[in-house]
Amino acid sequence: MKINKNIAVSDNGFIFNPLSGDSFSTNPIGQEVIRLMKEQKTKEEIVKLLAQKYNSEDSNIEKDLVDFFQMLLSYQLISEHE
Amino acid sequence: MTKLTYERPVIQKLNTGTMNKFGSRTEYTPVTHIEGVSVKSLMAEYGSPLFVISEPQIRRNYQSAVRAFKTRYPKVQFAWSYKTNYLNAVCNVFHQEGAWAEVVSIFEYQKALKNGVPGNKIIFNGPDKSADDLRTAIINHSLIHIDHFDELYLLIEIAQELKTKATVAIRVNMDTGIYPIWDRFGFNYENGQAWNAINKIMSAPELELNGLHCHIGTFMLSAGAYATAAWKLCDLAWNIKLKWNHMIHYLDLGGGFASANTLKGSYLQGSDIIPSTEDYADAIATTILNFGFKPDELPLLFLETGRSLIDDAGYLLGSVLATKRLSDGRRATIMDFGVNLLFTAFWYNHKISPAQEFSHHTEDMVLYGPLCMNIDCIRESINLPLLSKGDQVVVHRVGAYNMTQWMQFIQMRPNVVMIDAKQNVHLIRTKESIDTMLRYELVPEHLEQFKL
Repeated sequence: MKINKNIAVSDNGFIFNPLSGDSFSTNPIGQEVIRLMKEQKTKEEIVKLLAQKYNSEDSNIEKDLVDFFQMLLSYQLISEHE
Repeated sequence: MTKLTYERPVIQKLNTGTMNKFGSRTEYTPVTHIEGVSVKSLMAEYGSPLFVISEPQIRRNYQSAVRAFKTRYPKVQFAWSYKTNYLNAVCNVFHQEGAWAEVVSIFEYQKALKNGVPGNKIIFNGPDKSADDLRTAIINHSLIHIDHFDELYLLIEIAQELKTKATVAIRVNMDTGIYPIWDRFGFNYENGQAWNAINKIMSAPELELNGLHCHIGTFMLSAGAYATAAWKLCDLAWNIKLKWNHMIHYLDLGGGFASANTLKGSYLQGSDIIPSTEDYADAIATTILNFGFKPDELPLLFLETGRSLIDDAGYLLGSVLATKRLSDGRRATIMDFGVNLLFTAFWYNHKISPAQEFSHHTEDMVLYGPLCMNIDCIRESINLPLLSKGDQVVVHRVGAYNMTQWMQFIQMRPNVVMIDAKQNVHLIRTKESIDTMLRYELVPEHLEQFKL
């Protein structure tokens, strides 16, 4: 699962895909997940990092991440999805 | 170290050119209290889902409607429309305020009697009145509103049998310039049917024509239609006086006043387009006052409005059972209440608020109910905060028709509570259990045993 290289992410959560011309907005946690993906973190690592920082169960975060990745895939922001 | 509040990650595609110029508001302001009572505590004590009724709001609505009419017309009497919400506690709030009862079946009639409404203060409407029902109504001196000729002829027979005179009114249907014309109830004004009924009653010694009734539609968005209706009833009353030298005692303009709910397909929010009670009152009162009756001949004006008096006094509290993603990428949220409890979800885009704080991030979603049936959709599209399993919501303006048209389908019906003016919470209908349902079932002896 890799985020496409040329995807631009601004500090306030705006995302731009120069290939399709599409723009997106994301919330702060979504922004954080994208940053961790850019750092080549795996899904398991991201779940662990978020669970340390936020008041939610691992299983709950994992469930939400799967959904988030599914949306990234459908928006063609990632090219593979485990 | 204190952990930060979690919110699930979301990403949304930005679209241009689809802005609504009226900018309909996203409901992310949490509703944490109803009449000063915490939503969370109500659900903790009485369960989820839960219907909540505000007694002070009912009284405010009633008093304001009565004021709107009584400041414009000298003789006004409201009758509470039982079918809109016939929970006894609700009916009794209206009766305490001075409303008579308006019923459309013997079941509702008996409910009104058991609530303590005198028989002569019950208006008996509707197409379904058996001979026994009519006998009861005549003996109790109730206001019988005749719906069809079969009922009219039956009444004459019963009055002859009882050797008494029955006091009656007829329901009149008419063209008031709105669509659809409700011509299935009562006698038509334009084609002369109403006159035929009036002539029959006036020439029958067993009957006395006391009033004229109409109910021109439901959720009426035009106050002007009531002016037309009032004019046509006045015209009948006037001509009865000319032809039969008989003065009609009352005109009943029925109900149908809109609440602030938003009808499906409506471009604007309900609260922005509905006439006010004052608009309806003005249309009706001005027409009758200007028709030409002498002051001592002015008929008593009955009103049977239901929805506009109770809708915003009712709330449905519920919880998120699950969230999921549909095949086209849309978010779906499954609630623990569906069309089984919220029958009006078939007509309205109900306003739904979260019951706890969220960030300003929102998403479009479909709201489904808990039923394993495809029809169970509460909102096809709504923008709400990032709801997760267990989050609670408040559905607004559910006081009318839901607690009478709810279905015991797949799920059982929940508790209903009423909050009084002192913020005390009263259970006014207990939730159903498996025993409630099985009480009415019988299994033949040969079907009692089986082996699997």
